[in-house]
Amino acid sequence: MVSSEEQERPNWQEERGRMRTVANNLILHLHPTRVPRSALRWTYTWGLGGISALLVAMLVITGVMLMFRYEPSVSQAYASVQALETEVPFGSLFRAVHHWSANLLVITLFLHLLRVFFTGGFKRGRATNWLIGLLLLFVVLTFNFTGYLLPWDQLAYWAITVATNLLSYVPLAGKEVSRFLLAGPEVGQPALSNFYALHVAVLPVLLISVLTYHFWRIRKDGGISRPLLKENEALEQVTTLPHLVQRELAATAVILTAVTLFAMFVPAPLGELADPTRSPNPAKAAWYFMGFQELLLHMNALAAMSLVTLILLGLLLLPRLDRQDGNIAICFRSDAGRKAAVWGGLLALCLVPALVLLDEYWLELPELLPTLPVVVANGVLPLVVSLLGLVGIYAGLRRGLRANHSEGLVGLFAFVMMALVVLTVVGVFFRGPNMTLALPV
Amino acid sequence: MDTDMRLLDERPSTATAVSRRRFLRLALGSLGGLVVLEVTGAGLVFLQPREEAANQQGRVLAGTVDDFPPDSVTEFRDGRFFLLRASDGGFLAIYRRCPHLGCTVNWLPQTQQFYCPCHASSFDAYGDIDDAPVQRALDTFAVSIEDSQIVVDTRRLIQRTQFAPEQLTYEQRA
Repeated sequence: MVSSEEQERPNWQEERGRMRTVANNLILHLHPTRVPRSALRWTYTWGLGGISALLVAMLVITGVMLMFRYEPSVSQAYASVQALETEVPFGSLFRAVHHWSANLLVITLFLHLLRVFFTGGFKRGRATNWLIGLLLLFVVLTFNFTGYLLPWDQLAYWAITVATNLLSYVPLAGKEVSRFLLAGPEVGQPALSNFYALHVAVLPVLLISVLTYHFWRIRKDGGISRPLLKENEALEQVTTLPHLVQRELAATAVILTAVTLFAMFVPAPLGELADPTRSPNPAKAAWYFMGFQELLLHMNALAAMSLVTLILLGLLLLPRLDRQDGNIAICFRSDAGRKAAVWGGLLALCLVPALVLLDEYWLELPELLPTLPVVVANGVLPLVVSLLGLVGIYAGLRRGLRANHSEGLVGLFAFVMMALVVLTVVGVFFRGPNMTLALPV
Repeated sequence: MDTDMRLLDERPSTATAVSRRRFLRLALGSLGGLVVLEVTGAGLVFLQPREEAANQQGRVLAGTVDDFPPDSVTEFRDGRFFLLRASDGGFLAIYRRCPHLGCTVNWLPQTQQFYCPCHASSFDAYGDIDDAPVQRALDTFAVSIEDSQIVVDTRRLIQRTQFAPEQLTYEQRA
């Protein structure tokens, strides 16, 4: 039986109003009802955390789509990816969006890390979330690393071969982790199975749980970092709806369109079928590990590993190293800090290429110092020189710019990050056959 | 299971050094810990390196002794190794993977060298280092000769820092 009320024309405006209430409720479970106006300034956050989260969502959706069409076996993997590229409707597009989102995510996370560092986003109770953020970066890199193998082309095969061999140089557990990942002496079916299971099951669960915690923690910490209030100054707040949500929607529309357009014009690369008997020359790891592979060309594995470990340790301990939290949310801490950052970055931009050239063409430490054991000449010496260089830069910035400890760290961080970028660029673009320096082709 | 049951008829006790409640909690806790250990152990064993699966070739019959002239290097693509017959007649099976970063080395007959295209490491015919950056000689597989038949066991890698004459295998003549 139909009641008389329901026979009436449904009030669609009321219906829409109800739907909007539900949607708003959902949004207000993620966001607080009000946010400080300063937190909405685009040039403060550049929306990098939100954009990264959006990319993760795009990766999950396209990744699940790809799973329906991909076969994780050595004999079928390449053919199934080829089919995606040539036969499956929209297969090439889904794969390209997945590929480019994954690469863009590494970049946005790196920039997010820079932004949070430079604005002191780890200060005033935000130390835990800084650590969680670093963990997320690690998870995403593992994601990209495991996904890299799946197309089973020459690029995938040799990048993973090189990368797992790099991994085996990590002291203590490196060999075991590498052997566990490969489940054998070479990249083969066991490695493909392992990488697939990690990529589509283990890592997604890990990423989504840690990411949820990362978001929840922002609210728990009282929102993203903001400048300290002056005396008698009231915190200026605006409502999340519509101010924050509108901005989020705008950023979403831009990124979604940009990535999809890019993916339409530039399909994800697919090389020849993996051939274990034929190494390409040069054989390179994925681009985000090339900075490290480049470092390995200049000092022995243990020295390079120690240097990277010390820098990572510095990042992990950052909230303890920089405890001056009055300068929170001021980009580069202060004018002196800004100068320190510029100097640190410029120094790396000049010094690192110079050192690369010097080592490539003139310096042959083991031959110059024949009395020293090779381990010292090729390992201990470059390591000690690098570390002394870092200490020197910090001390120089502090004295030269009258910078305080916090500002000195900004300069040092800028130097290290720029050095990483330079090494990556050299490794990706300027290393030709036999990994000798060459102009990009 | 039965620890669970006993939890139900637990009564407050006073006189014992370890109360029943505490004892049961400890017992349950350690049982739980044991389960975690078991599952972790079983998981690790389940996932352990599948060497056999990866190296399906197993024992490779390379041929008879007379197939290989002295001073020759023959590539076995499927077996992933090069078989060297030295000038004195000894055999050595050299794994094709460069110990530096895992690329596949090529045999260059003109220069009598193994050459790695990735980082320009080179090795002599015995797999010994000619030029850095590699830090040890090429790995080998065990060679055995039965009735003039050469068998290479590709299931187990033998690592070495440099070449030594005792690494060569000779045919035993009666």
